[in-house]
Amino acid sequence: MTTPNSNDFTVKFANVNGTGSSSANGMFMKSIFRMGIPVVGKNYFPSNIQGLPTWYEVRVNENGYLAPSGSVDIMVAMNAQTYEEDLNAVESGGYLIYDSSWPRETLMSRDDITVLGVPLAKMCNKAFDTARSRTLMKNTTYVGVLAALLEMDMKVIEQLLLDTFGSKTHLIDANKQALEMGYDYAKEHFDCPLPFKAVATDKTKDHFIIDGNATSALGCVYAGATVGSWYPITPSTSLMDAFSRYCANFRVDEKSKKNNYSVIQAEDELAAIGMALGAGWNGARSFTPTSGPGISLMNEFIGFGYYAEIPTVIFDVQRTGPSTGMPTRTQQCDILSCAYASHGDTKHVCLYPADPEEAFYLAVNAFDIAEQLQTPVFVLTDLDIGMNDWMIKDLEWDDKFVPNRGKVLDENALENMEQFHRYLDTDGDGIPYRTIPGVHPKGAYFTRGSGHNKFGGYTEDASEYQDVVDRLLIKWETAKSIVPSPIKDFNKKNKMAILSIGSCDDAIREARDLMSKDGHDFNYLRVRAFPFSKYIEEFIDKHESVFVIEQNRDGQLLKLLQTETSCDVSKLKSIRLYNGIPVFPKDVVSNIMKEISSGKAA
Amino acid sequence: MSYIKKPNIFRTNAPKNELGMTYTDYEGAMSTLCAGCGHDSITGAIIQSVFDLNIPPHRMIKMSGIGCSSKTPAYFANQSHGFNSVHGRMPSVATGANAANRELFCIGVSGDGDTLSIGMGQFSHAIRRNVNMLYIIENNGVYGLTKGQFSASADVGSTAKKGEANKQVPIDPCQVAIALGATFVARSFSGDKDQLIPLLKAGLMHKGFAMVDVISPCVTFNDHDGSTKSYMSTRESKREAVYTDYIAPFNEIEVNYEKGSSIEVDLHDGGRVILRKTDESYSPQSRGDSVKNIRAASEDGELLTGLLYIDESQHDFTDTENMIDSPLNSIEYKTLCPGKKALKNLLDSYR
Repeated sequence: MTTPNSNDFTVKFANVNGTGSSSANGMFMKSIFRMGIPVVGKNYFPSNIQGLPTWYEVRVNENGYLAPSGSVDIMVAMNAQTYEEDLNAVESGGYLIYDSSWPRETLMSRDDITVLGVPLAKMCNKAFDTARSRTLMKNTTYVGVLAALLEMDMKVIEQLLLDTFGSKTHLIDANKQALEMGYDYAKEHFDCPLPFKAVATDKTKDHFIIDGNATSALGCVYAGATVGSWYPITPSTSLMDAFSRYCANFRVDEKSKKNNYSVIQAEDELAAIGMALGAGWNGARSFTPTSGPGISLMNEFIGFGYYAEIPTVIFDVQRTGPSTGMPTRTQQCDILSCAYASHGDTKHVCLYPADPEEAFYLAVNAFDIAEQLQTPVFVLTDLDIGMNDWMIKDLEWDDKFVPNRGKVLDENALENMEQFHRYLDTDGDGIPYRTIPGVHPKGAYFTRGSGHNKFGGYTEDASEYQDVVDRLLIKWETAKSIVPSPIKDFNKKNKMAILSIGSCDDAIREARDLMSKDGHDFNYLRVRAFPFSKYIEEFIDKHESVFVIEQNRDGQLLKLLQTETSCDVSKLKSIRLYNGIPVFPKDVVSNIMKEISSGKAA
Repeated sequence: MSYIKKPNIFRTNAPKNELGMTYTDYEGAMSTLCAGCGHDSITGAIIQSVFDLNIPPHRMIKMSGIGCSSKTPAYFANQSHGFNSVHGRMPSVATGANAANRELFCIGVSGDGDTLSIGMGQFSHAIRRNVNMLYIIENNGVYGLTKGQFSASADVGSTAKKGEANKQVPIDPCQVAIALGATFVARSFSGDKDQLIPLLKAGLMHKGFAMVDVISPCVTFNDHDGSTKSYMSTRESKREAVYTDYIAPFNEIEVNYEKGSSIEVDLHDGGRVILRKTDESYSPQSRGDSVKNIRAASEDGELLTGLLYIDESQHDFTDTENMIDSPLNSIEYKTLCPGKKALKNLLDSYR
């Protein structure tokens, strides 16, 4: 049942892709945000440019929960093709708005919801001249309808129009007209407001709305990355688009008008990672954004980067696999393939941000870690983090920040050195010193993926070979103290806990609150990096049952815990939500409760 | 292959270049290729070229893929950083390295397998980007390290050591490169240093992608009767279309060539390339002409050599991308980071 609460409802827009609905839906969401009400937008879109169904879901929630609620209170059903499905998706007691321009012989309906017909096409055909504006303005008109139904502040929406379209007055005028048309129609024909409505508050102060690909890109800019190479792939493409946009803003030399950066669109992912490694080797901070299929293609080079010890950062914006899978749906399905990418004995540092806010900080951190450890570092986000619109806290920046470039010998150090050897572990932390080409003749060495000894020379000698790969394990131990530690919420009275990763975070936060109300309290740990910190093992040891929640079929995080920790694996209960849709809090609750009531959990 | 350090031999009377360095200073580790391998002659030509050009070795990077050819960078300039990457993917690494520091000289050494089969895609796209590098293909028509399979450059009818004949049409890197828009395309023979050295020098000083396809016989798997890439066969079939001289900047040597038969091309470094045509009808500045002549010669069983095509007017990769003139890898962090205030302003645009 829909509860008649204000500031707690979900509006879903069912559109046809290519009809310009996304800007109207974004306008609706941002207006709510500007009214001070926390809001989050989830986009369920096809791998297509025009003509297929697409949905945008806006959750309005005063508590600031960011996961999708998993229920729909108002459906704006603009797509005849999916009408039946959309009708069925509405919660009992909810509302459906549809375009009633053309009478239908039988209108599918439900007794337990209210169906509101608005002649959107008819109104827009009358009000606007061109075919394009008639299509586009239907979207703005339904925003007007919603504004009346939810008693939204029209001044806020109008100001947003001014801010969005700036000097394009014809667009401002048309949108304003459409908005008012919808508003007036609803006021005249429906009982406004609905039992639930948007009430202005002050809970969005010091927050903003952004997607995680943009914040990841911003992290690259702030980390001082200068070379980005990539091959277009959903859902990571907008990361490089954002990086290019920010660089055009911040990274053009004022005097020469030339670029302080390089964005290279490669011929494929193999080349993209090759370029990133070439640039990292040559002393630039470099990165490449991709998704699962790209990781598969990059595997050979990733192992090279590991063995030859070259820093670079790889963003894997995970999407649903296997194979091409569902490119526009989310999953956490590359946990294992990134952790152990490439043939031979390899393991890689992986960072797992939970949302766009953390994606920014961990992106910056990833460049430091890559250079400190001289190795490729993965940042694993997913489509939900990367492409959905999140409301997050303002990002902070300390102008005193100095990037950690790791152990790099400069001209002076080399000049005063007897002889340089690339892979000698002089400090005992498994991290050797490196040199950048072009700095000093004494710094020269040969980078190779073939067997090499600690001096950097080619080898086929058994012990010389083993010497180097064993030293890489010492470096792996050092990595544990460098990578970000897990986020913990621990109370010793609780015997059960949830352990999770990445974008499951907010659904878990809400699920814990829900279960707590029913007397079930859970501790919580969110893994933020591989290799695992020792705290993870300690945390598991302190509980009788630990629910491991993740978004893939095979329990990849759980498998990694089994392999890489010595915790009692019988305590780990796997909960896997992997249908491609972001996790719903209620699904977390029902899965845990099912497990508990079946007696499997302690 | 094992890593063998050459003994240091000091000759007091060894000639020095303008940097005060000797030929030995540009040498690398001892070659472990087969005795008589064409690749070792190319290594010698590279050393002579960079010695003559007075290139500080640490201002040069050596890149390669996988295969016999790709071992070559270990055999010259041991004061230069080397990068032996993965099979067929050296161009991408070189591109990234070039983006990070456009000032370094870049020599890529590849083979016919590394370039024309597994690496065809990256080779093509390095050309398309006009990455500023000298790209040498040590072309012997066979896979040496895996013991004698035909490569994509093997001619139809050319026989393997055990007698079977290749049936597939060869890929000619010169024709491909010209068609793809390469700005410097040359062919030579490992056994002809007089021709090869000026081509390597000109290629290094060319701003953009300079490809030199060097026929480099494999003495172990492809130097028998019936092979079209043996020493004997190459000597017989090669015909020099354009004789090339590289003249360094400020070098006032009077050059006297027969009028009408030579072309001068100014390079970006101030040096010049003098092209002497052996055939009046050949124009190494016309793509169509070059391809036509290479094909015609090939149909007559001839291997056309020399600087087959040059276009000095194109932007290289870093200029096309409008990168700043100084290396990206040495920009100060405070220039790169927009800072706290800019972040605050940016966030405001998302509210």
